[in-house]
Amino acid sequence: MIVDLKIKRFDPSDSGGKTWWQEYSVDIHKDSTVLDALIQVREYEDTSLALRCACRASICGSCGMRVNGNAKLVCKTRVVEVAPDGEQIIVEPMGNQHVVKDLVISLDTFFDQIKRIKPYVQPDESPESGEYIASNESMENLLTSMNCIMCGVCVSDCTVLEVDSNFIGPAALAKAWRFVEDPRDSKKESRLSELNNEDGGIWDCTRCMKCVEVCPKGVSPMDRIMELRESAIESGNKNTPGYHHTESFYNSVKKHGRLDETRLAVDSAGITNVTRLLDLAPVGMKAMIKGKLPPILPHKSEDHKNVKKLYNKVEGEEK
Amino acid sequence: MKYAFYPGCVARGGAPELYDSAMAVMKKLDIELEELTKAACTGAGVLQEKNLKMGDVLNVRTFAMAENMGLTILVLCSTCQGVMSQANYRVKKDPNYLKEINEILAEENLEYKGTTDIKHLLWVIIEDIGLEKLKSTFTKELTGMNMAPFYGCYMVRPSDALGFKENPIRETSVEELIEAVGGNVTDFSGKTACCGFPILFINQANSMKMVANHTGTAKDKGADAMVTPCPLCHLNLDGYQAKARRQVRNDKADLPIIHVPQLIGLAMGMKEKELGLQKHIVSTKDIVKKVEQISI
Repeated sequence: MIVDLKIKRFDPSDSGGKTWWQEYSVDIHKDSTVLDALIQVREYEDTSLALRCACRASICGSCGMRVNGNAKLVCKTRVVEVAPDGEQIIVEPMGNQHVVKDLVISLDTFFDQIKRIKPYVQPDESPESGEYIASNESMENLLTSMNCIMCGVCVSDCTVLEVDSNFIGPAALAKAWRFVEDPRDSKKESRLSELNNEDGGIWDCTRCMKCVEVCPKGVSPMDRIMELRESAIESGNKNTPGYHHTESFYNSVKKHGRLDETRLAVDSAGITNVTRLLDLAPVGMKAMIKGKLPPILPHKSEDHKNVKKLYNKVEGEEK
Repeated sequence: MKYAFYPGCVARGGAPELYDSAMAVMKKLDIELEELTKAACTGAGVLQEKNLKMGDVLNVRTFAMAENMGLTILVLCSTCQGVMSQANYRVKKDPNYLKEINEILAEENLEYKGTTDIKHLLWVIIEDIGLEKLKSTFTKELTGMNMAPFYGCYMVRPSDALGFKENPIRETSVEELIEAVGGNVTDFSGKTACCGFPILFINQANSMKMVANHTGTAKDKGADAMVTPCPLCHLNLDGYQAKARRQVRNDKADLPIIHVPQLIGLAMGMKEKELGLQKHIVSTKDIVKKVEQISI
């Protein structure tokens, strides 16, 4: 089967670095992966092409690249999946990370993010004898996050990192969750308050689900970030606009069955935070003039009393 | 064709022009509606941060109401679509969890069997009505109009909950529509990214960078307008475009953000006011003029 590839090249040795696109065609078996095709290019078409791979079985996490715009492990991606009708396959290095050469990125960004969350168990004191014991059940829960192979695919496509390199990032936050939940760790509270308060912490995630979609190992980093938010609130971190936003939303639906948009904006900014409220005001004024502003008094669902009953029931169950 | 109508908060709040244009277009397409007046908010993923189960209870309650009516739920919002699809996916995958939720709903004599479908107006038009029938209602071909798609995260991810495998056309639904009205697609990589709305009140600097990058890139690539099935994206990309572009790119807001039914309405020959185009913060005058100049 003939596979057409369009590969983004980068040569750092050229003064200041040079980027260009190069096209190749290779003849390979129909069940081949994109990695097989790239190796074919490097071995037989162009020995100057730089790419990184090792295990070829989606375990080592070395071969993350963007294929047709989305980050993937190329060893886990079959050619027919991304080019079912023989379309040209576009391969680029991953995003949000420094490119070393062609398809190879530096892992420095990734590990700088991981280091920020102190990725090691911090127990209170040494056990009297032997090793730290954790029950099987308590560790099973952590498997989702421990499946992470540190490939950087989620970091590549994170929409927050695209605009803010200070964000801790999906992989590191999923790992932070793993230590917050670890029964042997004694720093749960301080970890949560740091993740809550730090610039680039848990509240900066936009919930866009890119990391959930691209992660090749089912870690679902965003879901872990949402659990961290829930835990942070539970341990009393109630000082962020993110907390006020969530709380206001939750209570608005409880009271009215629907959302009170005006109240949500005011609550999220903070009712006493005059600077932030004034900051929202110009857009609010423009919207009002155009006849777009949400109603000052909220819509109520016809059945809002029943909604409240359901809330009481679910909340009662959890107590 | 009849649907259980779930208009969502924004169509009746911050973007009333979406509601008006959707009603006008659906009338022309003979889409019959029975509104789910007793349904609650979907939680928009925000309520779920505090209490996921509460969100699932509220959504399953809505599914049960539609199931009793024997109708598919029609929504106007990417976020409603995504949040409902995720809840539906969760309870269908886990019968014990569904049973638990049904026990809570029993007080209202509701029980969800797991048969309700949720469809955005855009999917209803493409999958149930068909683009050919849609085209037969057009009086204008919007040739020469360049439009950039902007999906909204919840309309494209997670793809398994949204049924992309069973309905692959959903992945390119906005492009399909732009081509159906006779326009050109201005493609850009930001079309499935975040608009920045969810962090507008939390990290406004990042939110503004997203607005400026998306609208600026689409404009640079020659777009006359951006088309979105998500009213929340509209609120941010339209409402905050002036501020974002000034702050981040030091230029001006120049890209109108059009709702899906407004685009269809323009091809049906509907007037500016009927579609609420005068209500946008970023002026839509240039595209209205461009459409008017197209001879029938």
